[in-house]
Amino acid sequence: MTSRHARRSSVALALAAAGTLALTACGGGGGGFSSQSTATQKAGPANLKIMIGSSGDAETAAVKAAADSWAKKSGNTVEVIAASDLGQQLGQAFAGGTPPDVFYTDASRIGDFAKAGNLYAYGDQVKDAGFLPSLVQTFTYDGKLQCAPKDYSTLGLVINTDLWAKAGLTDADIPKDWAGLETVAKKLTKGKVTGLVLGNDINRGGAFMVQAGGWVMSKDGTKVTADTPQNLAGLAEMKKMMSAGSLKYMTDTNPATGWGGEALGKGVAAMTIEGNWIRGALTKDFPTIKTKVVELPAGPAGKGTLLFSNCWGIAAKSAHQGQAVDLVKSLTSVDQQMAFAKAFGVMPSTQEGAKKFAETYPADAAFAAGGQYAQGPVNAAGFDPVMSAFNSKMATLSKGGDAKAMLAELQKNGDAALKGN
Amino acid sequence: MARRRSGIHGREGIAGWLFTAPMIIIVGLFLLVPVVMAFWVSLTNWTGNVDPFGGGPNAAFVGAKNYTSLFLTDGLTRSTFMQSIGNTFYYVLLVVPLQTAVSLGLALVVNNKLLKGKGFFRTAFYFPSVTSSIAISTVFLFLFSNTGAVNALLRFVGVDGPQWFSDSRGLLHIVFGWFGTGDNPSWGQGDIFGRSLWDWLSGPSVALCVIIFLAVWTTTGTFMLMFLAALQDLPVEVDEAAALDGVTWWQKVRLVTIPMMRPAIFLVTTLGLIGTWQVFDQIYVMGKGSPAGTTMTPAFLSYSQSFGSLHYGTGAAMAFIVFLIIVVLTWFQRRLMDEDRVPWRTRRRLARAASLRQDSTRVAAGSIR
Repeated sequence: MTSRHARRSSVALALAAAGTLALTACGGGGGGFSSQSTATQKAGPANLKIMIGSSGDAETAAVKAAADSWAKKSGNTVEVIAASDLGQQLGQAFAGGTPPDVFYTDASRIGDFAKAGNLYAYGDQVKDAGFLPSLVQTFTYDGKLQCAPKDYSTLGLVINTDLWAKAGLTDADIPKDWAGLETVAKKLTKGKVTGLVLGNDINRGGAFMVQAGGWVMSKDGTKVTADTPQNLAGLAEMKKMMSAGSLKYMTDTNPATGWGGEALGKGVAAMTIEGNWIRGALTKDFPTIKTKVVELPAGPAGKGTLLFSNCWGIAAKSAHQGQAVDLVKSLTSVDQQMAFAKAFGVMPSTQEGAKKFAETYPADAAFAAGGQYAQGPVNAAGFDPVMSAFNSKMATLSKGGDAKAMLAELQKNGDAALKGN
Repeated sequence: MARRRSGIHGREGIAGWLFTAPMIIIVGLFLLVPVVMAFWVSLTNWTGNVDPFGGGPNAAFVGAKNYTSLFLTDGLTRSTFMQSIGNTFYYVLLVVPLQTAVSLGLALVVNNKLLKGKGFFRTAFYFPSVTSSIAISTVFLFLFSNTGAVNALLRFVGVDGPQWFSDSRGLLHIVFGWFGTGDNPSWGQGDIFGRSLWDWLSGPSVALCVIIFLAVWTTTGTFMLMFLAALQDLPVEVDEAAALDGVTWWQKVRLVTIPMMRPAIFLVTTLGLIGTWQVFDQIYVMGKGSPAGTTMTPAFLSYSQSFGSLHYGTGAAMAFIVFLIIVVLTWFQRRLMDEDRVPWRTRRRLARAASLRQDSTRVAAGSIR
């Protein structure tokens, strides 16, 4: 009897011990949320974390090299983390209370992050670096420059030079305005080839809106200016060329393609409107295509294009904000940005850097020139769903979509989003 | 007469608690506590940065505002949420009956005495259920792309397949079109929660149909196994009696097998209802709601509202609304299917009669005076 008692109680003891061990594995390790104390800037060597959304090994290696060189100079240590899903990992990091010190922030996310209090607005500490005015405007939210732009890309008109020559066109025919664009696109449309193939959302077609003098938001970012005659004129120009058959969305080509670069590469487009990244994609997937990049033609209100950019965001919860600003200053120096340009083809964000870039890479001078008059993405808080709803409406433009109705809906949704709905 | 020991005594109780303690702790920590926390978050306007239990401007208590604004405040959030509810409603309407019918059919086929190689067929049909849903979704992305295998096969038989993932036309709209109804007719302009009646009656879009195919193909394996187990439990004598009565195979299935499988069908439809309202992986891989929000589901919208737009309160509120919808639907379905369920008043009457009988027996036996 006693042995059975003893066995049962030892079994119970073993189970209890195992349960306690399992509990210790669950608990501990970052439990709870960090307090809302102000960031302390410790003196002495700091360990900084940079989180990037890399386009590939070249970019990760370049950022690592730049960070290591600063670390050696300043006596701190830097860890570069290449995120597989930057948006989701950043969201987790912010909610968990231990975000990386420095991270890529896309221009369209500035409003959401700033409103949620995730960013340390250090713009006034780097204002004398000479960033392009269009970039400063893109990354200004609530009257403050939130972060230092790290690089930018703009849209240019990418022309297939073989088809251009075959249609009997020369350098003098490069379109300088909408009328010129219509003429050359018509001349280049022959058989399966469409003169101009675009992506089917505002990130390409929006260039026409800017050229007509309009945009989704006002210059100071406080009002939605979607439902205006200027925007309507831009969309109307697109519709005009679509009815003439010289402009097609990339989904309407035969065979349908995924983006303008693919249409150019597969030979169903003679021209497309794309950004710097098209160079790398064409070299990799369609090396036989020879292209030439020129600035987009001017509209009724002058030249206009779109720019896309990321900045070096510094976390409001970072304990090493001083060192982080110093790191960003070194990463945005002209030499460092030219090294990035060489490694993965982005353009430096300072006036001086952009000039150097245009000199070193004359074939991409048109992209660099666009930085002077480009419009950045909408950076207001809560506009992600609004813009994606407008993009799905814009994709119907080729199939009889009503331009006025979609602009009115964008106005309505944009106003509601600004109010916080 | 010695009273029989019943119930739990002494050490058996402690042992019971010890054995169930790990599961209670794990379920409590990883399921119950986060659900309670999420409910709290749904009552605030938390933006993901500060402690949601600490108050302050970025985690202020707003009461039921997140819930009511999803139904009453005119805006993009409400119309997208209503669109996701509509999409999932059609998705459930198509997937649950289809997967129940197909898995029942497959189970009947595989259970057939004359079929050789049962093991092979069981494995083949069950295989999609154990494969990663992300892998299957990616394969379907290629299969149903504009130049993919499905369109090539359709072209082979002379049909021009649609652009599966770019086509946002609803099936019901296409059917209405065959009967001559124009797009957005005047009778469909009534506003229900921010969407017109015409929008509500759109049916699943062509893109959503691909996800319906995927769901039916993936889940029939699991349910086929459940039906197979139930089929093998059925008494053979009933089948033999039916055969003696001279019924055809279809009559036997309809009049004998299916009525006896009622508990299994109930289980499969309940699991199907719960699972279809929570579809997320496939939406994430196959377009994240595009084209035009016609593959948006509340589960994915809750994720994108929270982690994309940093409106964690709204996202949590959506999740709880979906939870309520699932509970109500399963309750309805239980009422419909549970034929053994005795009505409540009858149950009370029977219980009272039983206790009276028990007392009279005890009086007769002499234990109560």
